Amino acid sequence: MDPIFVWWIGEEEPDPQLVEHVRLHLARAFRRPAAIWDGEARPRHAFDPRRRQHASGVILRWLLEAGPGGGKVLGVTDRDLFIPILTYVFGEAQLGGRAAVVSTARLVEDVELVGPQLLVERLAKEAVHEIGHAFGLVHCDGEGCVMGRSPAVREVDAKSSELCAECRARLGTQGEG
Amino acid sequence: MSNERTRILVVDDEEIVRESLGGWLEKDGYTVVVAPDGPSAIARLEAERWSILVVDLKMPGMDGLQVLEEAKRLQPELAVVIMTAYATVDTAVAAMKGGAYDYLVKPFDPEELSIMMQKIVSQQLLVRENTVLRQALKQEYRFRDLLSKSPAMQSVFELAKTAARSSSTILVLGESGSGKEVLARAIHAESPRAEGPFVPVSCAALTETLLESELFGHEKGSFTGATARRKGKFEAADGGTLFLDEVGDIGPKLQLDLLRVLEERKFHRVGGNETIGVDVRIIAATNRDLRKAAVEGKFREDLFYRLNVIPVLIPPLRARREDVPLLVEHFVERLGIEMKRRIDGVSPDAMTALMAHDWPGNVRELRNVLERGAVVATGPVIQLADLGLPSKADVAPRPGTLASLEEVEKRHVAAVLAHTGGNVSQSARILGIDRVTLYNKMRKYGIRRDGEDDSPGAAR
Repeated sequence: MDPIFVWWIGEEEPDPQLVEHVRLHLARAFRRPAAIWDGEARPRHAFDPRRRQHASGVILRWLLEAGPGGGKVLGVTDRDLFIPILTYVFGEAQLGGRAAVVSTARLVEDVELVGPQLLVERLAKEAVHEIGHAFGLVHCDGEGCVMGRSPAVREVDAKSSELCAECRARLGTQGEG
Repeated sequence: MSNERTRILVVDDEEIVRESLGGWLEKDGYTVVVAPDGPSAIARLEAERWSILVVDLKMPGMDGLQVLEEAKRLQPELAVVIMTAYATVDTAVAAMKGGAYDYLVKPFDPEELSIMMQKIVSQQLLVRENTVLRQALKQEYRFRDLLSKSPAMQSVFELAKTAARSSSTILVLGESGSGKEVLARAIHAESPRAEGPFVPVSCAALTETLLESELFGHEKGSFTGATARRKGKFEAADGGTLFLDEVGDIGPKLQLDLLRVLEERKFHRVGGNETIGVDVRIIAATNRDLRKAAVEGKFREDLFYRLNVIPVLIPPLRARREDVPLLVEHFVERLGIEMKRRIDGVSPDAMTALMAHDWPGNVRELRNVLERGAVVATGPVIQLADLGLPSKADVAPRPGTLASLEEVEKRHVAAVLAHTGGNVSQSARILGIDRVTLYNKMRKYGIRRDGEDDSPGAAR
């Protein structure tokens, strides 16, 4: 069973607890091994000076080239992400592909008020969500399902970190995706 | 998931926009197809049905507004969202005027896009559910070609369905235009005789001798002009249903002949000796009070009882006004198909007027009024003025003009005919003249049954 690799590709020093928490959540949600991938390279070419953000599509392509050769790979960054048509994204994934990326940049909203655990939970949810896309899952209307659309942190906080029974069943039929 | 049924067409000349927007929407579970320019988008719109079109405003060649215009022509129900790099009031106004659902300024907020798509989907879902519910309701309110939700009519339908299974004579009572023949046809269609013929005869349209020959047929030479033997309507209806409309209008001799057929199921052709037996189910109809006529000696009492086996009374439209919107929708839909043009319905004030009208000509009058409205209307919605509903002032001569007696007569005859929805018998009764006289006056003044002027070149 191909593993899921979690790779810190942010510019700041990684918080080992944060990355470990993501790894554990992914392993549990997708019932397969998840490992930390450690590499020095960073996708700096994805930075768009005009928008002052990183292009998530560019990062996805880079993850495939620079990351592990097999399994799924989730890049975790502290840089703000965008796709050309939207002002920002929390993350992006290749639908049914190998690569996904999530950013903490916008998930830190209110973290200073509530405490660091809030960011840990939000990041774990968005990580499962994006890797869910990489396994071929699309957005889900099931109550509390982690595949529910979450264009703002409000929606991220409202959903659980779990896949609903339907998405889990779809995951089973779609296999590796 | 509800999004699976939603098909989105994304049109933009920039590949990166098509890719990123298409990918984003696909993750939302939509079926997404992208097109790089206006002409290829139009080709897609011509080939398949779409729920949402997201189109860039500024494209080389055909721009977003042109695509919008063509898209609305091809698929009026389509929700079109215009994307623009920078919003100007002008482009936004032009897009909305052109029938766009909304516009988005690039790059847009993911929340804004998500909410907009969800809003469109739920609105379209509501429209679809509404259509399905309406159709289901219509089936419930329907007895073949009759449509009503009033309790009185529902019990008419029940009675008619039960009566249809028997072979008993049915007497349909109701005002002109209330749908007596439509009900008779429905009963026939529901009966075990449905495969047999349905033969309608209007008893009021012919003189007594002609009607006699029409009903029973005649032998060759039985009267001047009878150059060949001819079968009558009773024979034609063998194995089926004979519908005797306006049965209250027949003279004493025919009343007796009819009574005999009803009693014996046998008759002779006019001028013939041969006894002919037929298997016919009779449905008679009248807008007269036959019981009263029988008491007054104007109609044979024994014939009345023979006909009045299962009486079915159709209430007039003014007694079931709740049916007006249902019937309006039904007729508007039918007229749209018949006239091959888009008619969405009637305006709210037109509906108010239709609800308030007394409908002396009943459902037939309503249909005529709507047909006129559909012809006159310039847009897809029939307006109050299009209906030409008679106001009280229409019947009175215009003030300040002194018309001749003939002019006043012509105008009055036309007004009464329009009022009854073209029913000659009812108009004749209102005018206090017989039908033949009325027909003569209509011919003289060139008035059609609907009260319109028939003279060549008359303004319509």
